[in-house]
Amino acid sequence: MNRDLTTAQAAGLISCHSCHLLCERGKQSWDRICPRCGASLHDRKPNSIARTWALVLAAIILYIPANVLPITVVISLGKAQADTIMSGVIYFLHTGMWPIGLIIFLASIFIPMLKLLALIFLLISVQRKSNWRQQDRARLYRIVEIIGRWSMVDIFVVTILVALVHLGGLATIHAGPGVLFFGAVVVITIFAAMSFDPRLIWDTEEVSHE
Amino acid sequence: MDAFIACHECDLIHSFKTLPARGAAHCIRCGAVLYKHKPNSLERTLAFAVAGLILFILANSFPFLGLKIGSQVRETTLITGIYELYVQGMQVIAILVLFTTVLVPFIQMLCLLYILLPLKFHRLPKGLPRVFRFVNSVGPWGMMEVFMVGILVSVVKLAGMAKIIPGISLYSFLTLIFVLAAMTVSLNSHLIWHIWGENQ
Repeated sequence: MNRDLTTAQAAGLISCHSCHLLCERGKQSWDRICPRCGASLHDRKPNSIARTWALVLAAIILYIPANVLPITVVISLGKAQADTIMSGVIYFLHTGMWPIGLIIFLASIFIPMLKLLALIFLLISVQRKSNWRQQDRARLYRIVEIIGRWSMVDIFVVTILVALVHLGGLATIHAGPGVLFFGAVVVITIFAAMSFDPRLIWDTEEVSHE
Repeated sequence: MDAFIACHECDLIHSFKTLPARGAAHCIRCGAVLYKHKPNSLERTLAFAVAGLILFILANSFPFLGLKIGSQVRETTLITGIYELYVQGMQVIAILVLFTTVLVPFIQMLCLLYILLPLKFHRLPKGLPRVFRFVNSVGPWGMMEVFMVGILVSVVKLAGMAKIIPGISLYSFLTLIFVLAAMTVSLNSHLIWHIWGENQ
């Protein structure tokens, strides 16, 4: 690597996470506050690895009831039909509306799974201080951060269906308990992505120089 | 601008350079975007925030979708949908939807208006750092564009069983998404922190 490359940490500086001002790292570890915007200063996100692991594990556990329990219950002419996320996707495939089925599959099943696997991979590679394809791993993290929000689609669909299909005995849609778990998975994985510090991917470089 | 900036994704220090119009500076090591040149950032963001607030009020005052089965018609606004979830015992989810589609976009626009309007007239709004930090932390939870895809999916799902009537506010919703996206893109937070730092 080029010798001119210096990180803020190596230069004894901290980049403010809020306003990006480069601040001197004081002697005390407490009351480090950005002189410009007042945010608390951290070299790296505090307890990044432990926090991200905890959130990832919680999301994996909740992912199971989210997919097994029904997210909607349709009551039509006295008959009740419960739908899980996957049975909703299959319904769209059978009725020939595969583009919509694909959107739901990607947003509700594929993206949360991809996010969790990617975060586990990033966590393990960072813990092993790997310097394998750092640029690609940085890109992977960027993707994980961007796509997370799209998992909310199903929650919004349920909200709209519940509000609209409310026609007494003819047809009524209720939200199922799966929605609660699925919502938790989405929110927790977003927090997990936020708590991971991508700078850890690059921290191996200085270590290997010494 | 400050003389140096550290990459927020890999911590590498770069010196600030003047960019060509609409150019962007990327980190030489990890490729993250460091900063961008945004023409008339203040005025543009302000304009989009005002437009967004008007559209937001329209979008939430009228129903965005209606459903017709036989002679029965049912229309819904965003708020009634959230209320329906709440009544059904899904309070947590109702609050999540309220937060991501109503509160966050609204707070975002109000706060930006509060910060940018005085700055436009060369005054400093009271408590700028606190308000601006707050906006930046809630910002990622605004999910209007995801909600729009939710509307699309619901329409297709219901099209088989009933007649769907697009509501008046559906178009306000659609426009609002583009306005909100434009507002986020045109906001230059480096500029705002720089102005604050100079005038402290």
